[in-house]
Amino acid sequence: MITAGCDVGSLTSKAVVMKKGRILGWAVIKSKSDPGASAESVMGSALTRAGLSMGEVEDCLGTGYGRERIPFVSGTASEIACHGRGARWLVPSARTVIDVGGQDCKVIRLDAAGRVVRFATNDKCASGTGRFLEVMARVLGIGLEDLGALSARARSPVTLPSTCTVWAQADVIRFLNDDMAIEDVGAGVNNAMAGRVAGLVGGIGPEREVCMTGGVAKNAGVAVALENLLGMRLKKVVKADPQLAGAIGAALLAGEGRGGG
Amino acid sequence: MAVAGCDIGSLTAKAVLMEKGRVLASAVIPVGPRARESAEAVMETALERAGLSMSDLARTVGTGYGRKRIPFADRVESEIACHARGAWWRAPVVRTVIDIGGQDAKAIKLDDRGRVIRFIYNDKCASGTGRFLEIMAEALEVEIEGMAELASRSTQRIGISSQCVVFAETEIISLVNAGRSRADIVAGLHQAMAGRVASLARSIEVVPEVALTGGVAKNPDLVRAMEETLGIRLAVLDGDPQINGALGAALLASEMDPGSG
Repeated sequence: MITAGCDVGSLTSKAVVMKKGRILGWAVIKSKSDPGASAESVMGSALTRAGLSMGEVEDCLGTGYGRERIPFVSGTASEIACHGRGARWLVPSARTVIDVGGQDCKVIRLDAAGRVVRFATNDKCASGTGRFLEVMARVLGIGLEDLGALSARARSPVTLPSTCTVWAQADVIRFLNDDMAIEDVGAGVNNAMAGRVAGLVGGIGPEREVCMTGGVAKNAGVAVALENLLGMRLKKVVKADPQLAGAIGAALLAGEGRGGG
Repeated sequence: MAVAGCDIGSLTAKAVLMEKGRVLASAVIPVGPRARESAEAVMETALERAGLSMSDLARTVGTGYGRKRIPFADRVESEIACHARGAWWRAPVVRTVIDIGGQDAKAIKLDDRGRVIRFIYNDKCASGTGRFLEIMAEALEVEIEGMAELASRSTQRIGISSQCVVFAETEIISLVNAGRSRADIVAGLHQAMAGRVASLARSIEVVPEVALTGGVAKNPDLVRAMEETLGIRLAVLDGDPQINGALGAALLASEMDPGSG
């Protein structure tokens, strides 16, 4: 059975086409202003890569911020359900999933069978979400994807005094004006980000194994800082791009007939 | 002899000169990068308006974010003490002072003799501070001074769902792109701002009469939004609400034992 999942997020849209627990094709694009158009475009790319057409997909579920606006899905599933399921596929031993998205952060605790036990979400405050890093990367004048490599070269990371993205942005500007090394400021940004995420994780009480998904998981600076703060190693996601977790979860739930209306 | 109060905020510097319980002159200027120079400049302006020179002053009390860097201050006082004193002097019926500064917001509860009973402070999150409106004005490409007038032309206020400044900025940009009227957006922003400040104030209980101070209090539509949110009329203070802290500092200077400090 060929199924698909489409995760339309605030910043990126992801699509995955799967068959018997294997990924046939996938794609990640920047979200457009119209969630429906984002969904069409990303699913089109994933299908092309899989060498398939939409007609060959038996079921497709939507998830993410824009899930209600995806035209071709048979139903939708919550982000928590999809991310929990997707992370479990990526890291079968995962009991705690930390997903840092473009505009939110979710922490999901799973039981031994992979069922969601508890979860916590921050979608109210930009601090501790991908948006925080995006703002800081812009101030630092570097690409978002370069932050991890930048902070790896830091000698003595700065400490950002503020939590709020708006105030922290002013902190970063001040550090740069004071001629602090950009690597040290970048590391300070990643550490601040990790501190905020660790706060949310602490509220849930993490249980091993812990894995991290979402675009921010690709930033090694944040991942290492988070490991230090939690005193736990993060289980590496190697099976696929960690940003695909939600879409993978949606495709798997579609195969299990677990989509909602 | 005359006394002075000097309030160096994050965005503006204020000075008030008093003699025998009367305000002689006041001044408000934007702060520059150096707090010390801003303090000197605002004091000079106020002195000039009063036809006085520095040597005519018996005492000066400093307050605000940059209070430690006012070279001519005989003493510094907390912002809470100054705002409480200033509002109480203007209207002794006041039991709650809500001050919205450029980068913070505070609520102060007074007893029937004007003494501070409780206070609460937000300087952690930019939402509900002057910075919120400043960033929104930039995003809307309107002057912050023109926001009240713009809101007065609103026919259908738009609810703003984001609390976070960063998310609200994105939200209003999409509203503008969707062709919604700036007047309706600004009215919605005032309501959102009022909601945020009111919830801060409510955490120490809002006892009438309530005075709103700070530069934002000059915005009649924000005053309206605060009144609507709190369900009460705000006390009317004579004079500029923005100089309240400096006024309180001048009053505290006049009450200082000449031998101290």
